[in-house]
Amino acid sequence: MIEGFNFRVILEYMPLFLEGLRNTFLISFASIFLAIITGIIACAGRLSQWKVIRAIAIVYIESIRSTPLLVQIYFFYFGLPTLGIRIPELQTGILALMLNSGAYIAEIVRAGITSVPNGQIEAGVSSGLSYYQRMRFLILPQALGVTIPPLLGQAIVLVKDSSLLSLISVAELTRCGQMLTSERFMPTEGFFTVAFFYLCIYFCLHSLATWSQKKLIFREEY
Amino acid sequence: MIAHYLQRLVEIFPFFLKGLWMTVAVSGLSLILSTIFGFLLGTLRAGNSRILSGVIGIYVSFIRGTPFVVQIFIVFFIFPEWGIQLDAFPAAIISLSVLGTAFLCEIVAGGIKAVEKGQWEAAASSGLGPIQQLRLVILPQAMQTILPPLVGQYVLLIKDSSVVSVIGVIELTRVGWMTVVRIPEGLMVFTLVGILYFSISYPLIRLSNNLERRMAVEQVRL
Repeated sequence: MIEGFNFRVILEYMPLFLEGLRNTFLISFASIFLAIITGIIACAGRLSQWKVIRAIAIVYIESIRSTPLLVQIYFFYFGLPTLGIRIPELQTGILALMLNSGAYIAEIVRAGITSVPNGQIEAGVSSGLSYYQRMRFLILPQALGVTIPPLLGQAIVLVKDSSLLSLISVAELTRCGQMLTSERFMPTEGFFTVAFFYLCIYFCLHSLATWSQKKLIFREEY
Repeated sequence: MIAHYLQRLVEIFPFFLKGLWMTVAVSGLSLILSTIFGFLLGTLRAGNSRILSGVIGIYVSFIRGTPFVVQIFIVFFIFPEWGIQLDAFPAAIISLSVLGTAFLCEIVAGGIKAVEKGQWEAAASSGLGPIQQLRLVILPQAMQTILPPLVGQYVLLIKDSSVVSVIGVIELTRVGWMTVVRIPEGLMVFTLVGILYFSISYPLIRLSNNLERRMAVEQVRL
């Protein structure tokens, strides 16, 4: 197998791979950024006092969490045109990734907020802090510490999930492997190179997550 | 127009049920295989052998660090290059089981490591052999930490099984994809697909949540 491995083709296609890598980066950054905003909004809805808003948030979160991402991507890819909305594949993909990760991030943020013990909130109330002051000075600073490691975990998942956009012909990293397969019929070279790039991203994000977790433990001791 | 499409959708509904059955078969088979191998490798990973544990660790991070689409392409395209002819169905089972095994192995290893060392020592001094120690003393306790994420992982596996549609296994997502070509109502078709996925994964998600709550209570009682 090794003697058949054609490094020259990989070098020849390197500009393509690098562009795919860049696109994967851009897609992931855009989606995680938008997903955090979506997640915070959905979490606020989930913890809201109004029943209707809470119900909407629950339906959104649960329906996203119990259906596959691929189905969601196809839903927007095939569904939006029937509504008369025509947007390019890239935007469709980012929309699907954003809504998908948003639901998971909503649960992560909720776990973070509910991890702050009730006594702290009561202490805040009895020191005369308003709702927003309690959020700003008591709950959020503590919740953030608990939230960041799983958030980085979600970022890892998102980078991997962005590979599914290749199926609606977005030119990202996995698409390069598919092109190498269809143009030269060299799937071994194509997909192992793609896997190598994904592994690099994974190790960077994973060590960042481990490091932030250690920081968190340190803070708890402190 | 919509009524007309709805009627056609009802007509081909048996096709969807067939797809659902295929999804259940693919994910069920790989679920069983990955549970068996996951427990086996997880026990070895938590064991004393550094080398074995390291090798399994490399396998796990390779699987965790790369997207499932890439893994499935590697299995589907590269095995034939080595002279092993694989149909879509066995290729799907293999890649899903390899994926599930890696995740379950980490869960099982984590559960076993969470059991106190004194329990091993106590079991050994009661004259139990290594396998008996594991089966009678360690695993029943480890199951408390293993079970909730185990069920959660099953849900992920069912959802990941949607990706095997890319190599042509005619399961639920593939059925939706094939239908949308004939009935151009993307929203309707993929809502139906989503509902069918929801009907299998939502009960499991609830089960996982319930188990988590129950196990937490039991640990307090201990």
